[in-house]
Amino acid sequence: MASAYTPGLKIVGKTRFEKDRKLPMKGTVHVKKGERVTAETVVASTYLPGNVSPMNVANLLGCEPKEITDFMIRKQGDQVQKGEVLAETPGLWGFFKTKVQSVIAGTLENVSTVTGQIILREPPIPVEVHGYVDGEVAEVYPEEGIRVATLGTFIQGIFGIGGETVAPLKMVAKNPSDVLDAANITADHKGKIIVGGSLVTAPALARAIEMGVKGVIVGGYDAFDLKEFLGYDLGVAITGTEDKGITLVVTEGFGKINMARKTFDLLVASEGKKTSINGATQIRAGVIRPEVVIPLAEVKEQDVSHEVNMGMKPGSLIRIIRQPKFGSVAKVVSLPEKPAHIPTEAKVRTVEIELLDTKERMVLPRANVEIIEE
Amino acid sequence: MDIDKIESILATDCGSTTTKAILIEKRDGEFRLIVRGEAPTTVEAPVEDVTKGVLNAVSEVQELAGRQILNDAQTELIKPRDKAGKGVDLYVSTSSAGGGLQMMVTGVVKTMSGESATRAALGAGAIVMDVMATNDGRLPHQKIQRIRHLRPDMILLSGGVDGGTTSHVIELAEIIAAASPKARLGIGYELPVLYAGNKEATELVRERLANKVALDTCDNLRPTLEKENLMPARHKIQHLFLEHVMSHAPGYPNLMKMTDVDIMPTPGAVGDIMQLISRRKGLTVVGVDIGGATTDVFSVFQGIYNKSVSANYGMSYSISNVFAEAGMENIMRWVPFAMDERDLRNRVKNKMIRPTTIPSLLEELMVEQACAREALRLSFDQHRSLAVGLKGIQQERTIGDVFDQTMTGQTLVNLKDLNMLIGSGGVLSHAPRRQQSAMMMIDAFLPEGITQLTVDSIFMMPQLGVLAKVHEQAALSVFDKDCLIYLGTCISPTGVSKDGAVALEATITMPDGSTVKETFKFGELKVVPLGVGQTARARLKPSYGLDMGDGDGVAIEAEVHGGVVGLIFDTRGRPLNLPKDDGERIKKLQSWNAALNMYPKN
Repeated sequence: MASAYTPGLKIVGKTRFEKDRKLPMKGTVHVKKGERVTAETVVASTYLPGNVSPMNVANLLGCEPKEITDFMIRKQGDQVQKGEVLAETPGLWGFFKTKVQSVIAGTLENVSTVTGQIILREPPIPVEVHGYVDGEVAEVYPEEGIRVATLGTFIQGIFGIGGETVAPLKMVAKNPSDVLDAANITADHKGKIIVGGSLVTAPALARAIEMGVKGVIVGGYDAFDLKEFLGYDLGVAITGTEDKGITLVVTEGFGKINMARKTFDLLVASEGKKTSINGATQIRAGVIRPEVVIPLAEVKEQDVSHEVNMGMKPGSLIRIIRQPKFGSVAKVVSLPEKPAHIPTEAKVRTVEIELLDTKERMVLPRANVEIIEE
Repeated sequence: MDIDKIESILATDCGSTTTKAILIEKRDGEFRLIVRGEAPTTVEAPVEDVTKGVLNAVSEVQELAGRQILNDAQTELIKPRDKAGKGVDLYVSTSSAGGGLQMMVTGVVKTMSGESATRAALGAGAIVMDVMATNDGRLPHQKIQRIRHLRPDMILLSGGVDGGTTSHVIELAEIIAAASPKARLGIGYELPVLYAGNKEATELVRERLANKVALDTCDNLRPTLEKENLMPARHKIQHLFLEHVMSHAPGYPNLMKMTDVDIMPTPGAVGDIMQLISRRKGLTVVGVDIGGATTDVFSVFQGIYNKSVSANYGMSYSISNVFAEAGMENIMRWVPFAMDERDLRNRVKNKMIRPTTIPSLLEELMVEQACAREALRLSFDQHRSLAVGLKGIQQERTIGDVFDQTMTGQTLVNLKDLNMLIGSGGVLSHAPRRQQSAMMMIDAFLPEGITQLTVDSIFMMPQLGVLAKVHEQAALSVFDKDCLIYLGTCISPTGVSKDGAVALEATITMPDGSTVKETFKFGELKVVPLGVGQTARARLKPSYGLDMGDGDGVAIEAEVHGGVVGLIFDTRGRPLNLPKDDGERIKKLQSWNAALNMYPKN
């Protein structure tokens, strides 16, 4: 348990953000290394194999599977149109023919004399990958995609819903403790990513969708409202594909929790800027957290801090990520070497902290605090 | 390798989040656990090499053991031990990193070859993502979409008896071919598909799949309607797991070179050690390993081993799913205080998004232990529905049984026959008081009659399972002496009576010859102390309407084993009915908690 601390989410004002933009299968890359791209640029594209429609020709013709090749008019590999006759029995003196017509337009991919089934495949489905952020191409993966890079502000959230979206940033909350309610959302917010404080209420989220808001960034969200919003109780935290007409990025957790001051201040500083957000969350091996990326032209490579956080030490800023005092920010006072008993009687490695607002001192399990990355 | 010369053994288990290493050495003629070390598993960026995590865990073992195991550069194991005593003689490992082995299985009839294929995959240590069958009600295009969407590590294609019709299994092969599935890890390699169906169809399957997937074949797992033959498929799955899946996981080719025997999937290794223990001690066993994401249940009844994996029941990543599946009421019934629904939901979801946090307040511990009871209960329910019907790896069924197969609720799991319940996983192994582990298991499994309760002290069953492949004696010795913690014995009559009525009269002859006579009322829990390693003789007389195993009101005599908790008399009835009224329920829970001294007073 030598490293029993949570490294914490990244909240950085000036950083270099890089992200792979890859196709689900091999295709064409449209940009070159070093080229400037915008969030909307199509950087790579491909075609996914079309959907397939099996048809049991033997059943439809009322014959044995091995006989179907005798009746097939179109052969394996042929292009076919919807409604086109694929197979036909000779009938009686040229009458009473039984026909099988294609249910889709596409290719006749397979004819099976064992099952009597044919497989039709629809035309390929085009897939495009966009730049996602305004930046430049840092790397090209031939036939697969690119790595896009940009300089600016990067904030990781803790949980999100919905996929990638890009829009100007608009502050609605005046303070990290403000609750984002329906009354705060106006027609002005259409097409924007809005920022709330400690909580977004269920009516506020509904109103945001109604008003055409593209995204919401907020400190807390109620788990009960999440259930109502999704229409089901989210069991496993794998999100990002919800089609709710909005992307939500929660920065602190479930319940009413003030947005971390640093996060809030960074968002205030970038109000009006073009912002890319993604609510996709996956809390499994290979963790994915939701993110907020704000490319900033004024940030230069030399401004980027390369300091690597080497772990907690006295003086480090931390956030408490479990009751009691969930969400509070504190300073590390000491890191007792030996494991100690906590109120549950478990013996764990602890950290002594001092709350920034009240100066109250507490001893907590190290697993229940996270470093606030500077 | 000369087994007799082995004196120092290193065994690791590479889990999804943590790599655990144990050092076992021969001391005074017997193998004992010396130290245990752990380090984060390193299959993710930026390291992306599992051996790094292994070396880190071993380096902690080195520090704790106070002797050198790795070379000076800390890059390799010294093996075998040199003259200066540096290094180890044997190194073995298991792995579930990267989510373990995730499989999809197919069969012609869902309740026949589909079920057999599921058992083969689970027995090999896999998680079964979906069972696809000709008669599962889905249309071909829906099946194709499903295969594309799931992206399993491997597909087991089965169906048809040898010499029977080939068309159904060929149809399944055509569906797989049409889906043209891609492997989960990396686009650069072909998905392994194992064919274990009608042998007459082998060539036809090959024609359809050979160029699209990495096809392998083995004996039919259901050669006739009355016979099931799972071993060839099971071995082949483990082999393909190593050859295809593991060898593409970051760093595994190197790890495979380091180990002296094949790396085993973690649940497969745990299953093996459970079977070994059951066989050696002649016990019926139920074992459970409750992790952060998944819960595995193992059982051996009538000599038949069964295993199930509940992929989305666990205590951190999957805690929210436990909540969703069990429902608010079922979780709350174990919480001994009133709680607001919104608050409870937020707490559960916050644990899900920050899975490494631990409860630091007593109330939070109680809520987590309530969730654990439900996770265990749900997983055990799944296990019961899977552990059905068959009486051996290769076993005859009568034709009459075949028509009974929809009645697969006729489970092999009979709690009255259960001798030992083994719990493992963080919430059970690391509960602050052992009474808490005992009660979580009792409430979740509701054992009947006389059942010994144990927990795995530090979860080393996977390592012992793989070790047993090469050195059974060492594995058994460590299992007995260092792995299991004996909690005691649960004594619980089945049936229901009136609250407060006499339920059971017990006369216990203690190890020192003294006699303890106790009367237990219905609806209560009580402990009679009996220490670890001690046994006592008990005469147990249930009241009318209650049964200790020999019939209504019939007294039994039995030997009962002690433990760190003692003899737990649970006369709350089976089924266990909790009061509907919240106030009364809380009062009951509090009285039971007090009877077992489960939590600190304040």
